[in-house]
Amino acid sequence: MAVKKEGDKKELTIHFMPYSEIAKEDGLARIKKLMGLILENKIIILQGRLKPEEETKLIETTMTLIGNLKGFQGVEISTLSGNDNQSAFDKVRHNIARILVGEQDAITLIGPATFIKEIKKDPKKIELMLKRR
Amino acid sequence: MMMKKFKEFTKKLWMKFFKSQGQVKLGFYGPPNAGKTSLANKICQDWLGEDIGSVSKIPHETRNVQFKEKVEIEKNGKKLEFKLIDTPGIATKIDYEEFLQFGLSKKEAHARAKEATQGIIESIKWLDDMDAVVIVLDSSENPYSQVNITIIGNLAARNIPVLIVANKIDLKKSDIKKVEAAFPEYKVVGISAKNDEGMDDFYDEVFKLVKRVK
Repeated sequence: MAVKKEGDKKELTIHFMPYSEIAKEDGLARIKKLMGLILENKIIILQGRLKPEEETKLIETTMTLIGNLKGFQGVEISTLSGNDNQSAFDKVRHNIARILVGEQDAITLIGPATFIKEIKKDPKKIELMLKRR
Repeated sequence: MMMKKFKEFTKKLWMKFFKSQGQVKLGFYGPPNAGKTSLANKICQDWLGEDIGSVSKIPHETRNVQFKEKVEIEKNGKKLEFKLIDTPGIATKIDYEEFLQFGLSKKEAHARAKEATQGIIESIKWLDDMDAVVIVLDSSENPYSQVNITIIGNLAARNIPVLIVANKIDLKKSDIKKVEAAFPEYKVVGISAKNDEGMDDFYDEVFKLVKRVK
């Protein structure tokens, strides 16, 4: 959500990132790319998901920046995955597909906490609540 | 790759050392204000008669990793010795203004926020060093938060056995079934660390958890 001030008007930008944009990147490059966009105050809809260790790296990077970057409060992130609560057979099928084409059957919503109040998730949907500004 | 292999090797050495000492490193992880320190305090009070740390309604009260060595737990004639490791709550955002609502001055709120960020980094670094982990969740809150999923995903990737504790079952909004539904692959035990409810079941599950430590 890039917020551009035009007088009193504020324009929001939502950035859609296809999986192909991060597929060949290593963990650090992925984090760098995402953080770059977050620091431009953009909300990213990422096709796919980060690996658990990439998510912790993202949190570590975020924590390092809070307090050192004026106004930065951190990030909000949530992943909706197609493989939640699936059967054992489906899990095996999903793991094979993941090895072949990467984790594409998920959507990750991520953005700056300065603008996102909350991301509410239940197993089947995620809702993005923006702060009133 | 070499670095990873070296880390695994040193971890195994540590594991052997602690096992020879008969001490299992049991970590308490979770989001802020879920009751990690309350539970760790309850265990320490039950078996040592002392606390591990202070608790507060203000989020991020625990901002440093806290330890208690040689906590011996006895259950059904069996004894186990633990090193309890209470970690700061992991979050993806920290807003110092949140602390102002609890009556802290601006200076205190800024300092707390700074310490909290460092505490979260410390918590994450400690993930590699656990033998087993108790994830403490507030059972009255939505369990589907990404922080919970991230912590559990990291522990699964490291093959560290996990027990999920649904704390605060004394609250009206508490919903253990929702926690169980969110993490169907894990054992969930409901407790109230504050009111001393469900602790017998908890200790039973801790003994089962330790059996899965490799």
